This record gives sequence, structure tokens and C-alpha cells, in this order.
Amino acid sequence: MSDNKTETLKKLPLDSWHRGFGARMVPFAGYEMPVQFEGVMAEHLWTREYAGLFDVSHMGQVQLEGEGAADALEAIVPGNISALGAGKIRYTLLLAQDGGILDDLMVTNTGRNLYLVVNGATKHDDIAYFNAQLPSDVTLSHMEDSALLALQGPKAAEALAKLNISPMQPGWPVPTDLYFMEAGPFMWGDIPLGISRSGYTGEDGFEISVPAEHAEKLAAALCALEEVKPIGLGARDSLRLEAGLPLYGHDMDADVLPVEANLNFALSKARREEGNFAGAEQVLAQYPNKTDKKRVGLLVNGRQPIREGASVVDADGNHIGAVTSGGFSPTLQKPIAMAYVPTALAETGTEITVEQRGKAISCTVADMPFVPHNYHRKPKL
Amino acid sequence: MSRYFTDEHEWVDVEGDTATVGITDYAQEQLGDIVFVETPEVGAALEQGDDAAVVESVKAASDVYAAVSGEVIEVNEALEDEPALVNSSAEEDGWFFRVTLSDKSELDDLMDEKAYKAFVDGL
Repeated sequence: MSDNKTETLKKLPLDSWHRGFGARMVPFAGYEMPVQFEGVMAEHLWTREYAGLFDVSHMGQVQLEGEGAADALEAIVPGNISALGAGKIRYTLLLAQDGGILDDLMVTNTGRNLYLVVNGATKHDDIAYFNAQLPSDVTLSHMEDSALLALQGPKAAEALAKLNISPMQPGWPVPTDLYFMEAGPFMWGDIPLGISRSGYTGEDGFEISVPAEHAEKLAAALCALEEVKPIGLGARDSLRLEAGLPLYGHDMDADVLPVEANLNFALSKARREEGNFAGAEQVLAQYPNKTDKKRVGLLVNGRQPIREGASVVDADGNHIGAVTSGGFSPTLQKPIAMAYVPTALAETGTEITVEQRGKAISCTVADMPFVPHNYHRKPKL
Repeated sequence: MSRYFTDEHEWVDVEGDTATVGITDYAQEQLGDIVFVETPEVGAALEQGDDAAVVESVKAASDVYAAVSGEVIEVNEALEDEPALVNSSAEEDGWFFRVTLSDKSELDDLMDEKAYKAFVDGL
């Protein structure tokens, strides 16, 4: 529990603020991060009912600027970035030259540049890969002086509306005018904020990029609202698992291709037809369903959670797959998991067996998300 | 009855040859919301230090070691339906299992309440 490595860990801009709120801090992605405040279960359920404030400043915020930025990014991601309108966000994958997943990321066309949010544990490798791949007329800047807060939950919009945040320019929308996967620049007094309607909990909510020096003031203003409490990484993980969202380094990594990871939606049609992204040959050879293994959701029969690393076994006890995320769902009050299983067993309703610490546990392949998404989507016309 | 503690945060109540084992309030506090407890089989012969039980929180599984050697004579079946008893009453209703002690001298290596409190304060 205690460790001597603490000195090498970096501190978040909100470090002392978290501790003031009673956070238990743990090492994660090179930082000391708040894993919980009052308890994972209570924080999880609070976020599903009201709004939780998460500090995700460990994630990498990167800007790409230059005429050919979208085309250059498209050489390594399979998302349709050049077709992304100003103020729109897309989830995409950073692919290695063999199609393995190096990271998953959000790309926003801000109208002035491309703004990327990448995973904390991979950000330095990502930036090195971008720099190696990008042409010289595209410049990359790592926004190391910006913090990132995520306000998530059904009351997130109601809470944010109380902060008197205005558009960067008169006549532009206010944050609560945004729909899911839209973003814009705003001002909170004289503090500039980049706000997107997105997150990774399955709930409606916002991610707010704020200059690090003002992060504490913003966090304090949000948590002073009756709807908002600070929430730790523990609940962030259980929320995203219920939402069926894969976590990089667990449910996907460089040894997994997008179709295996069940991320077909990240392979846009136009880009599939062009086939001009990193690893396209290997990735498209598996599209749409020609893989040996597949990421699925599992409902565990019984009350004992199954964890990452547990083995999926056949009737003879042979290892045929692995659990990549597992825990207890506070919303459903039963254990849930994600696993890779042979494609023949990936159909919803299939009974499979997981072996954990020598014990066979029966599970059922289930549709994801486990808990319905609550995104604020733009109404279909 | 006397109560002993281990540096793995288990408590042991001894009455005659019977020992009742659970995890301490400090341990449940560290683990957080407990959602499942896997207790040993009645009849199992435990050696001190063996894996005896598993306690699962929302996030993680933790082993519970046999604080003393002996044969398991009873497990706390209430934990099956209500694992959160370990959070609400770690050192009473949330006990894990009972054994018949096979080597009482093992108790000499354990801490008393005062020593355990000092141990926890030093963590």
C-alpha cells in the first residue's frame, strides 16, 4: 500500500485540493491520483443520479495545427477526420503500422486546429509516434499547462448552467446548447475554457479543459453546487465498465486489432473504402466479422466478481480467452466483466466458463452497454 | 476470551480450543465496499499463513490468510447474502470462519489490541 516510488510520481494541478476533500491517493499513469473520496459505491451511484466531478488531468491534451493536419492524422487513424465539422468530436484509434491499437482518442475540430485527448499512460509514446509520422508543416503542441475536468451525470448540465459560463464570442452557443460529441470555446469570467459534451461514464456530461492555474477555482465552484461531488478513479472505472466502454491497456492494446476489440464503429465507411490508414490491410481483412476472437460483455452468474486476468476455458478446462476488465456493478448490484472469447462463442446469450483461482464460474455473454447510455444526443430530424 | 491480531489485519478470538477469525475494522476501511466473501470449506485443514478466504470489494480481490492453524468447523453463512456485514461490523457480525486450534503456541506470535493499534498508527 505504501511505496517508495511516490517521489517519482507527478502531482496533478488539483493534488492538494483532492487531499483537502479526503481523497485516498494512489499511483496511476505516473501520477498520484484520487482513487476514492467517500467510497466507490457511493460515488458511483451519486454520479448516476446527480453529477460527479472527475479530475482527468493525467490524460494528454494535444493540439495539431497546420494546413494538412487532418490529412496527416488520417494516415494513422481510421476515423473520418477531414469530414469532421467545426465544433464536432470523433472517437478514433491510433493504429500501429500493423493495425494494432496504440491508443484510443477523442479528436475535436475546434475550427482553428485539431484538439486531441489521449490516454495518460500512453501520452508520451503517442506524441513521439505523432511526431515521427506528421509532416513538417503540421505542428504538435502538448498542452501541459492545462488541466482536464470531467463533469458527468444527469444533473451535469443543470449544474454547469449555474456557473455563468459565456460563449467566447457573442451569438455563439452556451455549453448547455451543445449536444453529445460537440465542443466549443467559452469564458468563465476572464478564464478561457474548452468544453465538450462528452465523457467516458455513459452519462450526459462535459469535459472541461482549463488552464492549470485556474483548475482549483473551477473545481471548487462546481463542487460548491448541491448537484456535484468530487469522484475518484475507482468509480470512473466501474462507470465505464457498466457503459461497456473499453479501457486502453486492459480491454485493448497493441496486440489487438479494432474488429477484435468490437470497435467497428470507429472504422468509418469512407476510410474503409479508401483503406489509407495505418494497418488498413490487416484491419480490413477482419472487417466486419472475420476474427478469431472478439471482445464481449459478460454477466456473471452468482455474486463473485471476476477480474482482469481470469481465464475463459472450454469444457475441458483449456484456456480459450481472457477477462480484460471485471468488477461489481453498483447499478445492477451484480458482477459484470469484459472478456475476449472465440468468435464462435461471442453471441449474446452464450454460456461460458471462467476460471479464477481454480474455481469455475459460469457467465453469460451479454449485450453492452450493461447500463443504458444517457447521452444528450442531437434529435434526429 | 482473548482477542489477538495479525499484521495482515485479521483478528482472532480464542475461547478454549476454538478460534473465530475475521478482518479488522482498519482492513475493511481500506478495502472499501465489500461485495463478496469466499469463505473456506468446513472441514478444511488450514496451516497458519495459508490462503483461507477471499474478500472482494467493488474494485479488487484480496486474500485473507489463516491467522492460525486448525480445522475449519464453521463459516459465517450470513456473509453470503450480506457481504457488507464486513463493512458495518467487521469485528463482530462480519466474522469469517471458526477453527479448532491445532497449535496454540502460534498465538504467541500475534499482537494484542494495544500492539495492533500502535502497528496501525504507524502505517
